Amino acid sequence: MKTSPLISEALSPEKIMEKIDILFYITSAVAVISTIMVITRYHAVHALLYLVVSFLSIALIFYFAGAPFIAALEVIIYAGAIMVLFIFVVMMLNLGPRTMEQERGWTTPAIWIGPSILSAVLLVAFMTVLMNNPAEDTGLNLVGVQEVGISLFTEYLLAVELTGLLLMAAIIGAYHLGSREKKIYHRYLEKTDQ
Amino acid sequence: MISYLRSIWIAFSHMFKKRETYEYPEKKAPLPARWRGRIILTRDPDMGERCVGCYLCAVACPVDCISLQATEDEHGRRYPEFFRINFSRCIFCGYCEEACPTYAIQLTPDYEMSEYNRQNLVYEKEDLLIDGQGKYHGYNYYKVAGLAIGGKNKGEAENEDKPIDIRSLIP
Amino acid sequence: MNVTLKTALIILGVPFAMLSLAAGLIWVERRLLALWQDRYGPNRVGPFGLLQVLADMIKIFFKEDWIPPFADRKVFVIAPAIVMSTILLSFAIIPFAPGIIISDMNIGILFFLAMSSLGAYSIVLAGWSSNNKYALLGALRGSAQMMTYEVFMGLSLMGVVMMTGSFKLTDIVLAQQHIWFVVPQFLGFVIFLIAGIAETHRLPFDIPEAESELVAGYHSEYSGMKFGMFFVAEYLGIILVSALITALFFGGWLGPGFLPGPVWFFLKTFVFIMFFILLRASLPRPRYDQLMGYGWKILLPLSLINLLVTGAIMMIYIN
Repeated sequence: MKTSPLISEALSPEKIMEKIDILFYITSAVAVISTIMVITRYHAVHALLYLVVSFLSIALIFYFAGAPFIAALEVIIYAGAIMVLFIFVVMMLNLGPRTMEQERGWTTPAIWIGPSILSAVLLVAFMTVLMNNPAEDTGLNLVGVQEVGISLFTEYLLAVELTGLLLMAAIIGAYHLGSREKKIYHRYLEKTDQ
Repeated sequence: MISYLRSIWIAFSHMFKKRETYEYPEKKAPLPARWRGRIILTRDPDMGERCVGCYLCAVACPVDCISLQATEDEHGRRYPEFFRINFSRCIFCGYCEEACPTYAIQLTPDYEMSEYNRQNLVYEKEDLLIDGQGKYHGYNYYKVAGLAIGGKNKGEAENEDKPIDIRSLIP
Repeated sequence: MNVTLKTALIILGVPFAMLSLAAGLIWVERRLLALWQDRYGPNRVGPFGLLQVLADMIKIFFKEDWIPPFADRKVFVIAPAIVMSTILLSFAIIPFAPGIIISDMNIGILFFLAMSSLGAYSIVLAGWSSNNKYALLGALRGSAQMMTYEVFMGLSLMGVVMMTGSFKLTDIVLAQQHIWFVVPQFLGFVIFLIAGIAETHRLPFDIPEAESELVAGYHSEYSGMKFGMFFVAEYLGIILVSALITALFFGGWLGPGFLPGPVWFFLKTFVFIMFFILLRASLPRPRYDQLMGYGWKILLPLSLINLLVTGAIMMIYIN
């Protein structure tokens, strides 16, 4: 049996589970708090930073759940690449104190009511599901990289292919949008429409 | 690609070349005799001051770092009452040396003039005047230009030519 | 020895050793650059100028730690901490010798890639929070460059991972007992080297901080120890990439038996550190668009071809 990287040989399985439970709750608390901070910040970049922290804690939760590969990918792709792009864009927008004031005007307490009710409904549904059939203790079965690869290329082959197609379309689209027409770099040689 | 590798190789091969650095306080760079460094005032072979207080150096100086005041001794010979060079302004261009008609002001190959206090860079006449002839040995301005003594004007003594009339074209 | 004590020693010792190595590297770099430029470099403070590092450290510790009034204070302060912590965390996976490794996790390489991609934040945030044109331009260039080069940094390593069948760095080193991976994965090695230089934004690719164009790029506004952290992190990055090249392509601690493993590891790493400095001494900085074009148009296809060929050969070889 593979051992989780958290486990050193000295500890008994029960102790380890306890440890992981504590770590899990701490990480979850961080995730929840940082996500709340994301939606309450008026400053866009600060909000994005809290979102990064939230992604990191989610990655850690994946790691505790025995999926280190997904954890690493979460950090590399979400926290490392996509959020950098977000910050990149926000950076370019040059948001100042003026936009923060604007934001403050937009997020009045009245606006919170709708989303809060909807998410409360979701929470109630989630809780009932959890109460009625408590998740069976899966223990620590580690999903290694090879298992992920094998399942991706056998069971979910169609999904992988479709994702590939989608990404290809995105790349071609980006290329088309990004490419410029060939320009003649001399004003006398430039063609002008009469 | 080849050119990148080539430039990497060239930089690497410089490991075995001679180094260009002079390790300064221990080893000094050899300076040419005409190096324009610290300014001095020189004396003629009779140990009289060469400077006649003509102000040409102060006029020629592009940064106005020279100031002097001419005066005369009891024989009517001109000399500077004070002579002051502010080396924190001086750019060591050497125009003063070129302007000087008596070879009094000269630039020397000495560049070690750093001071902690900027005011110490203002050199007075006693700091500038040396007991020597500098670069031009044996030159005595009055021996060349002549001197009026004892009721005789320039060119009236024995074995003395008349001074050249600089306002005439005739040789 | 007690297992816990040994672990604690390694956990404390590796970052300490790396930090002091990085500080020493400043002296090494200055001396080597001088050597390749026909100069002497720092040779006054202590024997061979070795204490220059100490003098510089004292100086930088006692400098005024100035936060500009127009900066975003909190972000300005955490930005240098991010780069330091991500790079120091990356050292957790470097196997210096059998047993001398902080965490031999089974996603070792992925962990390194994750940390290096998080390192991009420090540049972006430092540039943005400085609220300065040059810093922002540096941050833009830096983030674009790092994200570009991360892509095929990961792809170039996949050949090695395929040949080993594991992301674990100790497994990768042990798989090189017969032949170093630099021979079958030469293309991967070259691409990783180039991407490593770009990732640490070292000199031929120091686009984000290009002195002659952007003053100092993203750390224009930094002073004192905050600047020192960026500076030391750059050297830590050099050590990290050199150590990874050693572990992934040059057989890590493996070597003829007359020297112990860690010494071999250190020697090989040092050769690559020297190579990095040699690159700085010899190559000019490319233009920004040239760098990006070079990455996407040449290195990415090359790394994909490398992956494809490796996979094909492995399939033929195994079946």
